[in-house]
Amino acid sequence: MLRYIARRVVLALLVLVSATVFLFVLSRAAGDPRFLYMNETTNQEEWEAWGRKMGLDRPIVVQFWSWFTKALRGDFGSSLWFKRDSFEIVRERVPATLQLAGSAFAFTMIVAIPLGVLSAVRRGSPWDYVGRVFALMGQSMPGFWVGIVLIMLFAVQLELLPTGRRGDWSSYILPTITLGWFPAAGMLRLVRSSMLEILDSEFIKLARAKGVSQRGIIWKHAFRNALIAPLTYASLLMAGLVTGAVVTETVFAWPGLGRLGVQAVNNNDFPLMSAVVVLTAVVYIIANLFVDIAYVMIDPRIKLT
Amino acid sequence: MIPALILLVMLVAALFAPLIAPHSPIDGVLTERNLPPVWYAEGSTKYLLGTDPVGRDILSRVIYGTRISLTVAGIVLAAGAVGGTVLGMVSGYFGGLIDEAIQRFVEFEIAVPFILVALVVVVVLGQSLTVIVMLLIVFSWGGFTRQVRGETLQLKTRDYVAAARIAGAGSASIIYKHIWPGVINTVMVIASLRVGTLIITESVLSFLGVGIPPPTPAWGLMVAEGRQYIASAWWITFFPGVAIFLTVLAFNFLGDWLRDRLDPRLRQQL
Repeated sequence: MLRYIARRVVLALLVLVSATVFLFVLSRAAGDPRFLYMNETTNQEEWEAWGRKMGLDRPIVVQFWSWFTKALRGDFGSSLWFKRDSFEIVRERVPATLQLAGSAFAFTMIVAIPLGVLSAVRRGSPWDYVGRVFALMGQSMPGFWVGIVLIMLFAVQLELLPTGRRGDWSSYILPTITLGWFPAAGMLRLVRSSMLEILDSEFIKLARAKGVSQRGIIWKHAFRNALIAPLTYASLLMAGLVTGAVVTETVFAWPGLGRLGVQAVNNNDFPLMSAVVVLTAVVYIIANLFVDIAYVMIDPRIKLT
Repeated sequence: MIPALILLVMLVAALFAPLIAPHSPIDGVLTERNLPPVWYAEGSTKYLLGTDPVGRDILSRVIYGTRISLTVAGIVLAAGAVGGTVLGMVSGYFGGLIDEAIQRFVEFEIAVPFILVALVVVVVLGQSLTVIVMLLIVFSWGGFTRQVRGETLQLKTRDYVAAARIAGAGSASIIYKHIWPGVINTVMVIASLRVGTLIITESVLSFLGVGIPPPTPAWGLMVAEGRQYIASAWWITFFPGVAIFLTVLAFNFLGDWLRDRLDPRLRQQL
């Protein structure tokens, strides 16, 4: 067990370091970094002074190391667009994204698990039908379009909810559905199919034969075991939330990390972009690490390799 | 039945776009901007689904959009499935150092959110169709490689593989003649389940302005172009989205059906 955890931690660190190397190589592949700061008044002396200041006269490995150690301290340079420290800007945007992601995650769990269980237990009933339509739609509609259609319906036509921008609780409803629908759809399908399989297994039949109540069978015997399969989905769910956050924040003008990343791309703001990417990658990789570890703790049958 | 019909319509639209589309997907008539669909009083039978802010026919653009989505998905899937499967078979069959290297690569691919990579690469290399297609290909290997490697590990312990080796068959010929036929069903199922995701991913990138560059009629791009007009001209955004939805829905049905037929064991995983 300890060996497995150690291996996972080392792997996570490796992925992180490779990600930063990748980012650094890309930044250099884009050309001389001084071009980013150059404007029409830049002269030869300034150019060379920048070169010395940024250490461009030193070997590439040394340059990487200095960039890497700075990045570890959260120093990605100042944003070309906002003319402020990139990491500061990124830090200001974190809460908005976390709140949105948290509420979408809650939505996913609250909708997908009960509906998934219900549609397996009452197979063929209207509940099953609702669950399956919900899942099919969620997996087939692009998030940005869901967001826009929701805005059209509830904000523009019915004028019930705000069109976007973070405000009181009502401003969370549409973004939460937009972000949460896709992961909820996948989760529902997994809960349903693993529940169906387990309800059909020998130990459930035995429990039935012993006279365990229907409720006991569903919640105590089947549900607990059925939750293992969806757990594998947790890392995919996170990837879905990252992509979804970028899209949802763009559609709803949400002041979070995802929208900041898109803005950085549109403004060709590399320092800001690297700050966004490194921070997101760190959070994402750590979260995945926890999922991997939680997974083997819950299901002892997993091979520790 | 209905999904098959949708796919057929899409395929016909993609193949015969110039014959079916009533107007050019690129050139608009500036005097006929933001016209509503035909069932509105101001609508005209000339533009069944209305026009966009530069007077282009929405229907024609949606029809041509089929080409973009299906081509991108087709190329990426073909290259991704072949590349991923070869890597998976090599990884599982040979083991050792090659296996380690490929597995680390796959883990990296899965551990990093694709959207971030796409955004960074586009900042650096600029927006282009080639860049996006290459990225999508490299990031579609992981799923195939993992599954195929697992199956290869089982297949290579079979007696017929041992027999082939004793008979003097080389590794390449064993992989091709004895491993490949054993994994092809899995590959088909994964591929069919991936089409929908791919179409959505491409449309997301185009929507964010880092995918297919304008004025190409890509569905994601069209949705983005109509975004600022949702209060006055909803049709610009709505119809391309419907096209994405129906296409992906049809492919998802196809994928589920293929999985249940060819490889029901994958039910728990995919």
